[in-house]
Amino acid sequence: MLNIENLSVKVGGREVLKNINLTINPGEIHILFGPNGAGKTSLLMTLMGFQGYHVTSGLIILDGEDITRLPVNERAKRGLGISFQRPPTIRGLKTAQLLDICNQHGQDIEKLSYDLALQDFMDRDINYGFSGGEIKRSEMLQLMLQKPSVALLDEPESGVDLENIVILGEAINRLLNKIIPHNAIQSHKEIRELRKESGLIITHTGHILNYIEADIGHVLYNGKLSCMGNPREILHCLEEIGYEECIRCRSN
Amino acid sequence: MQKQLKELALSAKDKPAPYGLDIDISGFDAKPQRHMYQEDLSKLGDEERKAIEGAGLNLTCEGRSGSYVLMDRSMIHCNIVQPGVEVMDIADAIKKSQNTAGYMWRLVSPDADKYTSNAYLNPPQGYFIHILPGTKALYPVQACLYMGHDRMVQYVHNVVVAEEGAELDIITGCTTGSSLHSGLHVGISEFYVKKGAKVTFTMIHNWSEEVMVRPRTAVLVEESGTFISNYVSMHKVKSVQMYPVAQMKGENSTARFSSILVAPSLSDLDIGAKVFLQAKGARAEIISRAISTGGSIMARGCLIGEVPEVKAHLECRGLLLSEDGLIHAIPELVGKKAGVDLSHEAAVGKIAQDEIEYLMARGISESEATSIIVRGFLNVEIEGLSASLRSEIDKAVEESEKDLF
Ligand SMILES: Nc1ncnc2c1ncn2[C@@H]1O[C@H](COP(=O)(O)OP(=O)(O)OP(=O)(O)O)[C@@H](O)[C@H]1O
Ligand SMILES: [Mg+2]
Repeated sequence: MLNIENLSVKVGGREVLKNINLTINPGEIHILFGPNGAGKTSLLMTLMGFQGYHVTSGLIILDGEDITRLPVNERAKRGLGISFQRPPTIRGLKTAQLLDICNQHGQDIEKLSYDLALQDFMDRDINYGFSGGEIKRSEMLQLMLQKPSVALLDEPESGVDLENIVILGEAINRLLNKIIPHNAIQSHKEIRELRKESGLIITHTGHILNYIEADIGHVLYNGKLSCMGNPREILHCLEEIGYEECIRCRSN
Repeated sequence: MQKQLKELALSAKDKPAPYGLDIDISGFDAKPQRHMYQEDLSKLGDEERKAIEGAGLNLTCEGRSGSYVLMDRSMIHCNIVQPGVEVMDIADAIKKSQNTAGYMWRLVSPDADKYTSNAYLNPPQGYFIHILPGTKALYPVQACLYMGHDRMVQYVHNVVVAEEGAELDIITGCTTGSSLHSGLHVGISEFYVKKGAKVTFTMIHNWSEEVMVRPRTAVLVEESGTFISNYVSMHKVKSVQMYPVAQMKGENSTARFSSILVAPSLSDLDIGAKVFLQAKGARAEIISRAISTGGSIMARGCLIGEVPEVKAHLECRGLLLSEDGLIHAIPELVGKKAGVDLSHEAAVGKIAQDEIEYLMARGISESEATSIIVRGFLNVEIEGLSASLRSEIDKAVEESEKDLF
């Protein structure tokens, strides 16, 4: 379970997140909407602990532990994982080598790389010359190997074509353990309650909502979080009347 | 001819080199003790064995087409396994055939600087490797230049001749014994790559902290010939200055110089390569990866396009892992005719924080992340490298990486 309490963050001397409160319970999928520059990526980067995102007040609590000041890798070890909107290229580091690093649970890398149509990328330097969609799939593959308990996904479907969005939707469902086996004995409800993996997903278009079952939506606007509600309804509202109006009406 | 060369040499006895700190040669001992020939290298003393192996030499000579070991000023071992591959001491080669002398001092002039001059004025020592027309060496030829006598100067003159269509890999390891505190190594190397021939020359420097090194290398590449140089220097060394020159005389000739340089504190490396593209279709590439952990690195590179329809690229990347190091990249491009295609890219900086954190987000510590990025940085893609050579270079890099962090 992830608890964000009264979190304010400065980036480059400017306050980009203001007094954020958010709780993500085990098994929940949260969707984060918000216009360009609203601070969505900054929120994810802050949760992960990246340099340059200065927490000026507030706490980040993961499974009861205050992780606000922990280094990035310690957060990863405790179950936080992120797929980057714009990951860096590392020359000389082969994709296969990075996947080995991610693979702490001894999964079948070859099989997973086929599932994500990345089997031909093993010998390439990570992210070097990758297309937008290839980056999304590679990020997702790394996360699937990492098996985080809380996955932070930064626009997993932006710039992804119609076929690949199916692959990514499936990958996210597997990542968050949302696939219900055909021969399940328990009821769907029971199965869902057993699942602990949760996610916080940034999306602009909402296309990803067609592939996953999201629980709660939020809008981040000017560094402030508002409008908790059904993600589809929020998306609909945003499409109809725009961010500003949507926030005004919902916060009243 | 010999008389003229001698006059040239005498005229340059005290001439400083254009680059690198000026060394007082008279402070070094030019006449160290002689050593016995060793039929079986595994019978050498512990210390020597360790140093020679550390420089990449295989003591059993297995998987080698030939071997040559120079200790101080004595050749202590030489063998040939494959017919068509000749390896011998340069002094013996001169005695055997007058042609050998004709290959000496043709590409490097005795009056280039005081180091070439003094090398000329001292009796020649070094290897002569000759590979006969059409011969393709199955394995690399290995050579080791070892300095064990404290305060010595070692003059070496190597000549490599690859006849038409011949192919050969050479691995040269340079190293010192533990009783050597300071020393000076001067190495003249002349390479002749004839029509359609291919020579890959890999040099691994494993010197010690107080050693100064002045290699003087020149290469002549004829039509469709290929010369590939790989240079690795990752250990402490007081000063290395070298600026090998390749003349691409033949059409469609190719040259590639790759260097992997690490300068620990107090080490001073001034390393470059210069290529003259002199015939249509000539291609060249100069690539360097420089890391300073406190020492200073000059990374030079110069491409000179003298005729149209030549193409060359220079790439120099430097990484500063310490606050007090220095990396100075000096890429130069000279186009003398329209129709040359010369380019360069250079970048010097520290490891990008976002790369470190990207890896940390996958669960590894900051220091592990740093070492993975550095390893990637040093992982230069060298085309056309045989698997055994690749693993030889990887081994050298890996060995020295242990000292990096
Ligand atoms: N290093 C920085 N220095 C100064 N400002 C920064 C820095 N990093 C981010 N910002 C600013 O912080 C604000 C929030 O950026 P952020 O990337 O979090 O937005 P976002 O909501 O993810 O936008 P998008 O939808 O375009 O991805 C932006 O105005 C951005 O320019
Ligand atoms: Mg963003």
